[in-house]
Amino acid sequence: MTNDERWAAADERAGAFDAKGATLDARRIRADFPILAQPSNGKRVVFLDSAASSQKPIQVLQAMDEVYRRAYANVHRGVYALSEAATARYDEAREKVARFIGAPSAEQIVFTRNATEALNLLAYSYGRHFLRPGDEILITELEHHANFVPWQVLAQERGLTLKFIPITPEGQLDLQKLDELLTPRTKLVSFAHVSNVLGTINDPHPIIQRAHAIGAKVIVDASQSVPHMPVNVSDMDCDFLAFSGHKMLGPTGIGVLYGKRELLEAMPPFLTGGDMISEVRFDGPRWNEVPLKFEAGTPAFVEAIGLGAAVDYLSALGMAAIRAHEREITAYALERLSEVPGAKIVGPTDPEIRGGVVTFTLDRVHPHDLASLLDRDGVAIRAGHHCAQPLHIRLGLSATARASFYIYNELHEVDALIEAIYKAKAALKR
Amino acid sequence: MQDLYREHILDHYENPRHHGVIEHADISHEESNPLCGDRIRIDVKLDGEGERYRIADAAFTGDGCIISQAAASMLLEDVVGKPLDEVAQIEPQHVLDLVGVPLTAARVKCALLGLKVLKTGIKLWKLQRT
Ligand SMILES: Cc1ncc(COP(=O)(O)O)c(C=O)c1O
Repeated sequence: MTNDERWAAADERAGAFDAKGATLDARRIRADFPILAQPSNGKRVVFLDSAASSQKPIQVLQAMDEVYRRAYANVHRGVYALSEAATARYDEAREKVARFIGAPSAEQIVFTRNATEALNLLAYSYGRHFLRPGDEILITELEHHANFVPWQVLAQERGLTLKFIPITPEGQLDLQKLDELLTPRTKLVSFAHVSNVLGTINDPHPIIQRAHAIGAKVIVDASQSVPHMPVNVSDMDCDFLAFSGHKMLGPTGIGVLYGKRELLEAMPPFLTGGDMISEVRFDGPRWNEVPLKFEAGTPAFVEAIGLGAAVDYLSALGMAAIRAHEREITAYALERLSEVPGAKIVGPTDPEIRGGVVTFTLDRVHPHDLASLLDRDGVAIRAGHHCAQPLHIRLGLSATARASFYIYNELHEVDALIEAIYKAKAALKR
Repeated sequence: MQDLYREHILDHYENPRHHGVIEHADISHEESNPLCGDRIRIDVKLDGEGERYRIADAAFTGDGCIISQAAASMLLEDVVGKPLDEVAQIEPQHVLDLVGVPLTAARVKCALLGLKVLKTGIKLWKLQRT
């Protein structure tokens, strides 16, 4: 079957689709995403790269367009109606994000450019202010460079020791080593809630509880969890949590840092300038309250409002339903891939502990060649080390192929992926 | 897709020319493409002297995608026997012409890795001698 035939068959089934149980009606959802209806190379694209960045629904595009057309003026500084309208919407977006992740208050939501900036903010502001030579930072072997390099640089600069929670051969964190790795000198623990390569969903509770027990603060890189499953910072009791808007239907240029209030208040600013001060005298500045203390300069408030609309969209679907939908597709993809001769799944094969990320290698086919060949078939996947080179070194692989799923993906797209893989194997005579 | 993986490219990948290492090479250099992890090392043996240095032999090893490895094989096939100064001036387009199939921007980087290694190796060798 060609992709077009597969889509046509799915179109037909869609009429009879009964939204069963908790899972989503991806077909109806797709109608909100103009880019998914647009042909690429004359074909409807099978988009399997949402872990890198998601597509955007019209609701998000319209929310931003609306601000530019009707309510645009710089926030915070104007006393006139337009500025107040923009400021009110910006504040409202902050409240939506706070509710979405269960933060006690909107003041604990700092808008950043992305997760990378949120983590750098912590390394600069918290790390450079509170950590002393000889202190230890504990991260894991499966981190994205965004939660790896800032700590490496900080450790080198400040004479800190960086330690790593190892992974098991199945690609889970080896928590048996945790008590050994946590020492009285451990001041910070930072880990990915969900791995962007292995897909592993790391249970945050045991790590956070044990880190707190020895007095360390805990950062959660939630870049791959907040878009895909229910996340509640209050239940989790993490000290900080970071994620990007663009992976969760929002625009680029907006990310979030959540922090416990007393920690955010004790931290010095990251960048300085306008908006983040309450007063500037010739003898020095006085910092603004949180979160504005951390938002120097004109913020990406239109993008924040777009993120607010994305949060509305996701909330209406329900994060538990989104997770169930992705689990179903992931389970199917794991099953189908395991039947492909020469294909090796990287990371856990149990969909219960795996997010919607399926990474694999194909015997004697380099992931780049595979991705190029799949692209000719209208199937978009990612190839490379996915900004997790230390993990790839650990796995003994230079590159992997990754298919990732989101709310708009349908089961038959997995069939398209598998068929394209067989075609690629044939083209390369593998 | 037939385009990108034409017979001659697959052939260079399966049966790379000038593959291996040269003991006591005059030039040895290795680089990798940080985005995809493709890695190539090239050894060069020179003969002639002064203005008339010539590439007497060259060999590469590496790992990576078909495009990066096949392009390196084609490049070495092309440069062996040529004057060093001429090789030092090779333009990227020359390698793309050797490859001879349309490449997307991301894949151009793969195709040019071998040339980058060779030219950097030559440059470092020249620097060392001055
Ligand atoms: C686990 C994880 N952390 C951090 C990031 C960095 O996100 P961004 O590039 O939006 O800052 C990503 C995105 O690829 C990710 O998957």
